[in-house]
Amino acid sequence: MKLVTAVIKPHKWEDVREALETFGVTGMTVSEVSGYGRQKGHTEVYRGAEYDIALVPKIRIEIVVDDNDTDDVVGIVVKTAQTGRIGDGKVWVSPVDTVIRVRTGDKDEAAL
Amino acid sequence: MTGYYAFMLIATALVLMMTVPALALFYGGMSRSKSVLNMIMMSFISAAIVGILYVAVGWSMGFGGDGTFFAKPFELFWLDGVTTDTYIGVMFQMTFAIITAALISGAVADRMKFSAWMLFVPIWSIIVYFPMAHMVFSCTDDSLICGRIGAQDYAGGTAVHINAGVAALVLAIFLGKRVGWPRDKMRPHNLTLTMLGAGMLWLGWYGFNVGSIVFADGVYSDEQFLSETGRTFANTTLATMAAILGWLLVERLLHGKVTSLGAASGVVAGLVAITPACGAVDIEGAVAIGAIAGAVCAWAVGLKFKFGLDDSLDVVGVHLVGGIVGTVLIGVFSTSEGAGGIDGLLYGGGLGSLGDQVLGVLVAVTYSGVLTTVIALAIKFTLGLRIDEDAEVGGIDLAEHGESAYDLHSGSISGGATGVLAAHTSPLAKEEV
Repeated sequence: MKLVTAVIKPHKWEDVREALETFGVTGMTVSEVSGYGRQKGHTEVYRGAEYDIALVPKIRIEIVVDDNDTDDVVGIVVKTAQTGRIGDGKVWVSPVDTVIRVRTGDKDEAAL
Repeated sequence: MTGYYAFMLIATALVLMMTVPALALFYGGMSRSKSVLNMIMMSFISAAIVGILYVAVGWSMGFGGDGTFFAKPFELFWLDGVTTDTYIGVMFQMTFAIITAALISGAVADRMKFSAWMLFVPIWSIIVYFPMAHMVFSCTDDSLICGRIGAQDYAGGTAVHINAGVAALVLAIFLGKRVGWPRDKMRPHNLTLTMLGAGMLWLGWYGFNVGSIVFADGVYSDEQFLSETGRTFANTTLATMAAILGWLLVERLLHGKVTSLGAASGVVAGLVAITPACGAVDIEGAVAIGAIAGAVCAWAVGLKFKFGLDDSLDVVGVHLVGGIVGTVLIGVFSTSEGAGGIDGLLYGGGLGSLGDQVLGVLVAVTYSGVLTTVIALAIKFTLGLRIDEDAEVGGIDLAEHGESAYDLHSGSISGGATGVLAAHTSPLAKEEV
């Protein structure tokens, strides 16, 4: 099993969710986050005083998937979230040891 | 008639308040949080630009003599030769020019270059609004809508609402849809602001409608003044109340709920429809016009999804449709006791008046539609109308003004700044886990 983590542009979240649902992903954890990559932030000015806003708002999606589905899920996220412009985000994959469904105690693949 | 002059001073201030801040808040609350400052700014800048332009050429084009489409643009240039005892009349008309331009901004939410808006507003005022004000309000023998056609429009159903509604339609077409519309419904970010704005618009509208007595007929006796202002005040009030109920009834039937945005929209739809008719009808007529306008506009605002037209805050559905409803229904409900002295269809006046009203609407729609199209295309292919997609997605407040409206979580690293999850976070959501 793998944990796929994606950080994407907020307005792409709807498209990504739809595409993953169509593929058959049944659940995910989604959070609103802020951070920065090469894009950096922006500057706001109030009565001449400049404020540097270093962080850019993004959406983080976390999905635990079966090994066989990993490449597909990553591919879907990248294809759907891509605008080709700066700030499109990142996707990374990390190994997962164990998954347990709290309600039943099911383990690993059965819990996905 | 000193009381009358005192009233005009107040009426003028009330109409200016309709734009700054009433309309700005009404529209601002309906926009998204990343666009609210831009929406408010479009109203403020209209006041600044149109106001100065009005004393330069607006008054002269409207009231500087006779003409079919407009008067002499340089006859009263910078109020040359206009005595200060006329200034309050100038200021009153100026506030109408300001709000008409500002009304259009509701159709262009989130995506119009501010520079393009600042260019559109003065050009549109000179080519479209100032002439239309002459055609309707100046009412010289040659003036097209009032003089030649003889259509009744007490306070601006044609010149203000139909005119702005058509311009909004044209701009929405040439700007195109917002990124993500209509799948993303882009819900209003602050309906309390919208309710506040709608209430202030209602208050300001007494200046708009009742104050329009000034240009109706010259000199009045106290009795005449009292009975005409009593009529327009009562009609403005009752039509608005009926329109709230009309809108909410249709909303209840179509969607099952009675909403605050529906009530606010009903207020504006009723006020728009009674604007041309407030001097011509009796209170039963006012209630009928209000109820019909509220119901029809409540249905009309859904049409944009059918046509794929992103008229963001329903300027077309409320102002164009409401303006047409009110202007046309004068031909049905007007009474000879009213300001125009004409009996409508319902009072045995036949179809003549109705025909004049329909013709007046057609002229206003055509004039505004054709010329706004020319202006929109000219700006589109020179300066460009639209900000780029990244700027729009990131928020026009930031892109065009370098500001953000709300700072609700400074100090925290992330406070749900994106807002896109709100629609998907429901305590009632059932999950299969």
